[in-house]
Amino acid sequence: MIIHAENLVKTYVLGGSTVRALDGVSFDVEAGEMLAIMGPSGSGKSTLMQILGCLDRPDSGRYVLAGEDVSKLSTDRLAEIRNRHIGFVFQTFNLLPRMNALENVELPLLYAGLRHAKDRAAGALKTVGLADRAHHAPNQLSGGERQRVAVARALITDPAIILADEPTGNLDTKTGDEIMALFHALNEAGRTLIVVTHESDIARHCQRQVHIRDGRITDSGRPASAGNQEAG
Amino acid sequence: MLFWTTVKASLKSLLANAMRSFLAMLGIIIGVAAVISMLAIGTGAKKQIMDRVTAMGTNLLVVRPGQSGSHGVASGTQQNLTLADAQAIVKEVTGVQRIAPCVGGNVQLKYLSRNSRVRVTGTTATYLPIRDFTVASGRTFTGPEADAMARVIILGPVTVENLFGISDPLDQTVKLNGINFTVIGVLKAKGDQGWFNPDDQAILPYTTAMKQVLGLDYLGEIDIQVAEAKDVNQVLADTSALLRKRHRTQPGAPDDFNIRNQADMIETFNQYAQTFTYLLGGIALISLIVGGIGIMNIMLVTVTERTREIGIRKAIGAKERSIRNQFLIEALIICGVGGLIGAAMGVGAARLIEILTTQYTTNPFITIVEWPSILLALSFSALVGILFGFYPAWRASRLDPVEALRYE
Repeated sequence: MIIHAENLVKTYVLGGSTVRALDGVSFDVEAGEMLAIMGPSGSGKSTLMQILGCLDRPDSGRYVLAGEDVSKLSTDRLAEIRNRHIGFVFQTFNLLPRMNALENVELPLLYAGLRHAKDRAAGALKTVGLADRAHHAPNQLSGGERQRVAVARALITDPAIILADEPTGNLDTKTGDEIMALFHALNEAGRTLIVVTHESDIARHCQRQVHIRDGRITDSGRPASAGNQEAG
Repeated sequence: MLFWTTVKASLKSLLANAMRSFLAMLGIIIGVAAVISMLAIGTGAKKQIMDRVTAMGTNLLVVRPGQSGSHGVASGTQQNLTLADAQAIVKEVTGVQRIAPCVGGNVQLKYLSRNSRVRVTGTTATYLPIRDFTVASGRTFTGPEADAMARVIILGPVTVENLFGISDPLDQTVKLNGINFTVIGVLKAKGDQGWFNPDDQAILPYTTAMKQVLGLDYLGEIDIQVAEAKDVNQVLADTSALLRKRHRTQPGAPDDFNIRNQADMIETFNQYAQTFTYLLGGIALISLIVGGIGIMNIMLVTVTERTREIGIRKAIGAKERSIRNQFLIEALIICGVGGLIGAAMGVGAARLIEILTTQYTTNPFITIVEWPSILLALSFSALVGILFGFYPAWRASRLDPVEALRYE
């Protein structure tokens, strides 16, 4: 099990009223899975993604990632976990504009304190088919190419999971399909991928779909054995 | 390595906002240039003063009559310093190399139809070496001439120019209070000393001055040149004791004379110059601090603008320390580059001040740029960068990654 989430709760105070963005979410992810987290906007899927991505901590509940309970770690420890175990792919690519593709891909290794990271970065760019674009700045690349650079950056530290938040949201259908094809290839190579999306077309690419609504999981995408985790 | 990547990224972002970076830098440039040029003026002034004091002669003690009056109210100069005192010093105080009794006054000097009011000093031939004067042409008077009331006179070069124009003054006759004197020598120019121009004066034998020109039977001062610098304090103490004994001063009563030590004068002037330098430097440092506030302002704007970038960096694993260092490095680059430009401009400004004041004023500023003041200015600007860069960098490091990633 690469992810074990147990009864995650997260509340926000918005304009005086309390919103339970996550209301007791439990589910597991096995290594090598490719799953989609689906839900309409306001369902809590963004909050879930932030907690799974260690960008935020749950108010209560347990989150075990790659064997380590990360639900109560300090912000700096969480930064280390993100660096080592999580690769992010964002809807808006989120590349650093003043660095070229190679430098963008290299950056997580630098934050990990590694030297001579250029070779590995070049290797990752090759994996996503952009070896010849290494020295282009993000604004010289097409949307699909930028997202490939982002995928290469997510891969570079050899993370436990790749967390993609609406990865095709800013791409046309054809380019989006290419990115999903890349995800499939990575999954076949043994990577664990979690795709957060509201598009069922995209979710259909994944073996398993987790549905979330009003802060609760309504369908864990597992046959009856794993059970519907909907709290009572 | 992360450090160089950060430096490179910082440089790129500074260049991307070149105008803004330059304006932020300008405060530091002006501050550093001001510190360096102000310290250069201070150091130059100090040297100028030292040169002037040394030009008055070395190892010099000057005995002057005390102020008369009582309870701290000075009502005039006492008339108690005599030739006999001077002779006693020569005889009884050891360590004295030369001594020159002096009387002085301002007298009208006449040559043909030309007039000039000059400072006249009646003294012995030893006065010239003690006060570091030499004659440029002609000769000085001899001991026998001085003792025998010879009517000979030595003039300063400015006095000569005033009275004689370009004609040769040697062996010409000038009138001092109606008495004829023969010009036997012209002093070598020393340059204006600020409070007194030694090039505009007349020197004659003390006997003639006292009896015929000024009509005085007491001395205005006694100049003592001490043979060895280390003996100055001893000679001062011995002279003081001798004069108290000769003037029958009661124990506990104040001296009826005062002795100025040239070393003390140097020390005093040194302190004035030092204070002056600190004052100038302090004002300049304030401008450097103001420059720091400009940097803080720019860095706060930069951090806000780059909130999303900070979020991205945090998402891929940057710790708070890495983010903080990144913005500190950026602030330091502004200060470092600004500091170097400022240092170059400060050296240039110091030079320019010297050239301009030499060209357009009679009392030029000499400026001396010293390495320690450049180092001081640069390290202070780095300190300013760290101090004023810290708050924005800290703010950046504390940003919540979720919020930062959402920032548009």
